[in-house]
Amino acid sequence: MSGRVLVGVKRVIDYAVKIRVKPDHSGVVTEGVKHSMNPFCEIAVEEAVKMKEKKLIKEVVAVSCGPQQVQETIRTALAMGADRGIHVEVSAKEYESLGPLQVSKIMAALARKEEAQLVILGKQAIDGDCNQTGQMTAALLDWPQGTFASEVTLEGGHVKVVREIDGGLETIKITTPAVLTADLRLNTPRYATLPNIMKAKKKKIANMKPADLGVELASKLEVLRVDEPPQRQAGVKVESVDDLVGKLKEAGRI
Amino acid sequence: MLLRKVSRSSVLCGSIRQIPPALSGTQSRAGAVVAVHNARYASQAAEAVLDKSAVGTAGSKVEKKTAPVESKSFAANIFKGQISTAQVFPFPSVLNEEQDQFLRELVGPVSKFFQEVNDPAKNDALEKVEDHTMQGLKEMGAFGLQVPVDLGGLGLCNTQYARLVEIVGMHDLGVGITLGAHQSIGFKGILLFGNRAQKEKYLPKLATGENIAAFCLTEPSSGSDAASIKTTAVQSPCGEYFTMNGGKLWISNGGLAEIFTVFAKTPMKDPMTGEMKDKITAFVVERSFGGVTHGAPEKKMGIKASNTAEVFFENVRVPADCVLGEVGGGFKVAMNILNNGRFGMAAALSGTMRASLAQAVDWAANRTQFGSKIHTYGVIQEKLARMAVMHYVTESMAYMISGNMDSGASEFQIEAAISKIFASEAAWTVTDECIQIMGGMGFMKDAGLERVMRDLRIFRIFEGTNDILRLFVALNGFQSAGTQLKGLQRALKSPLGNAGMLAEELTKRAKRKAGLSSGVTLQGTVHPELSHSGDLMIQAVEQFGVVVEDMLIKHGKKIIDEQFVLKRVADCAIDLYAMGVVLSRASRSLSRGHPSAQHEKMLCETWCVEAHERITRDLRTLSSSQSKHLFKNLRAISAALVENGGVVSPHPLGF
Repeated sequence: MSGRVLVGVKRVIDYAVKIRVKPDHSGVVTEGVKHSMNPFCEIAVEEAVKMKEKKLIKEVVAVSCGPQQVQETIRTALAMGADRGIHVEVSAKEYESLGPLQVSKIMAALARKEEAQLVILGKQAIDGDCNQTGQMTAALLDWPQGTFASEVTLEGGHVKVVREIDGGLETIKITTPAVLTADLRLNTPRYATLPNIMKAKKKKIANMKPADLGVELASKLEVLRVDEPPQRQAGVKVESVDDLVGKLKEAGRI
Repeated sequence: MLLRKVSRSSVLCGSIRQIPPALSGTQSRAGAVVAVHNARYASQAAEAVLDKSAVGTAGSKVEKKTAPVESKSFAANIFKGQISTAQVFPFPSVLNEEQDQFLRELVGPVSKFFQEVNDPAKNDALEKVEDHTMQGLKEMGAFGLQVPVDLGGLGLCNTQYARLVEIVGMHDLGVGITLGAHQSIGFKGILLFGNRAQKEKYLPKLATGENIAAFCLTEPSSGSDAASIKTTAVQSPCGEYFTMNGGKLWISNGGLAEIFTVFAKTPMKDPMTGEMKDKITAFVVERSFGGVTHGAPEKKMGIKASNTAEVFFENVRVPADCVLGEVGGGFKVAMNILNNGRFGMAAALSGTMRASLAQAVDWAANRTQFGSKIHTYGVIQEKLARMAVMHYVTESMAYMISGNMDSGASEFQIEAAISKIFASEAAWTVTDECIQIMGGMGFMKDAGLERVMRDLRIFRIFEGTNDILRLFVALNGFQSAGTQLKGLQRALKSPLGNAGMLAEELTKRAKRKAGLSSGVTLQGTVHPELSHSGDLMIQAVEQFGVVVEDMLIKHGKKIIDEQFVLKRVADCAIDLYAMGVVLSRASRSLSRGHPSAQHEKMLCETWCVEAHERITRDLRTLSSSQSKHLFKNLRAISAALVENGGVVSPHPLGF
């Protein structure tokens, strides 16, 4: 065990931005739009950095896949306390079809290469909402997984994970190496302070291509069309409860 | 009448000589001209307005320094009827790739901190910055933005600093003052004038916010007239320390600070006459020296989150190595600190205006009255458009000046003063109009605008009231115009050797008097699509130059007493500089084909047309005989009021 944690950080359109669909319906407008780190990835980084501060692990490595701009996201992770970064360069064109399977192949390859004890990812990204990368990474590595983590305790070769499941919490104990995915309540991520952003400039970001990791990016998925959510239709006013019931029956709701 | 005292000094008003009639153009008119040739005044023009101590020894030491080299300052040159494009065109872009990248990384976290952690309403209600926010700001590095990296700061240049301060201004001016009083004035003296030892001793702890700094100039009897301070610092016979006594008023961070930049009078022997004279010296004073106490936090109209308190110095023993700059050189230190900090106010206030505009637009776009969204009505459209123009001017000024400073310009004091005046008045108007657009909702506390309005009010008062700064702008300008006339005068003494220059000047004047353009063109400087606006500026500058020269000839050295004139001249200068900066910025956007270029063109055109109208009107007033009558009336009305202790006219009902 190297005591190394690999954290995935995804660059997404900022949560406060109003998303616009491209006129040709091929995707959403990303140019000139504010981007930031996926909030769940921030939580993952925070958890890893906390482990390092508690001296439970030795090194935090932040990974992002994508074009040149994702380095900004890696820099943010470095400013939050990650020790070094890995930028897996994927061209803008290839990035459009990059899905959870491709990313999890990259993560799995890196986890082996870096001899990671833990891979921590956000449970999902707020753009694709796929919620698959962590699970797929664990499967590809054949490692145990602790998804939707709201509490993580690392003890020697084990990790106790409190998971957020439907209707309550589930506590599991798995052996490391393992893959964890961070849920919302795992922690409150810190702010990247300006002095730390400055210090992060000195931290190294290694650059590699998927091919260097033996990963083939071809995707079998094809996006046919992206649409805005349907506009809410205007409602109707009803005179009485009977009218209401009648209308609901008419619409087949009851 | 603080200016009157200055006018008595022949140091400042070096020579008043007759101008041969030929010089004043086609008209035969004899007049006097002020030619100020005190180099110290030239570089530290504030002293001309404020430093009485320096002029006390009238006539004893006229510094015969050669006239300063041709100024590159746009604002200084318009007073000569000239356009100096060096500092204004093209719009400065000073950040290198690394600085640009670093700044991009900083903007996000700072914005996020102010959106998510800082609570302006709560700070206002508590009358202090909440503890966890203060702690967060310290960790954030916000207290040492411009401290060099090797001394624990972020080492930001002025432009980078401006961009971050703008975010602060968008959210909370009370926090802005806490941060600004600390680093824009509190310890700026150490950054600008401190020696290596002083920097190493103080800056690291100031950069982290472990120590807070304050700037102590104002006293109960010394506000705008900064040179009249009474705090003393008397050097010990051994020379190793100074004993400081006195009290300072309305000191931002006064109750929090550990490190104070204090201005005090030190008795000094005049090397020429051997007389003892008081001169101002700047000191770094640590609270831990003992004898430093402060009063209760003041109750204020706005910026309540910031601490303001009286600070007392009672027999404080200040080591001699705490002198900042030279003994007796304190006034220069004070004015430099203030000159260097003013752009930050323009930057912060452009952030405030951006926030007000967003709020006004949100309301106008969603509020329905008479069946339509109110932004479809002309009166609202005009308000929003004017707000946008004022914001565009302020923002352009802030980054123009920070850019000039970063590229090493030394003559920006007129521009810096203009930016402070303009920004503080524009932000007030914009926020006021935002409230007006929102109507009753804007008046409610929950809209958050009443706090912004209260916070904004002080900006027209502190760090040099806008009134004093207007005099400062006008007098600085008159000084450069005077220097030019003096050069002509010298040339006239040997007309043959200077025939070319004289012929040129004569032609220029003759043309101007006849209302013809002297042929100045901004072709190649201003984007062709803005050539009309550019022409308006050229026209206005030329007319302005004529009137300035006329005023100099008419009033001579007494121009410094003519505050009615000075105020109007300053207003024209402000409008003209604003024309310059927006022409520059809009030209850049047009030539880069920026998506917003056409919009910026409209902002620029709108400003230039209206500014030109205002300037023309002001210049007409100044040139007309009516102005004499008007000013006489104004003077008399005021005198009567003072005599009566208020309103003079009886009540219309008779009781």
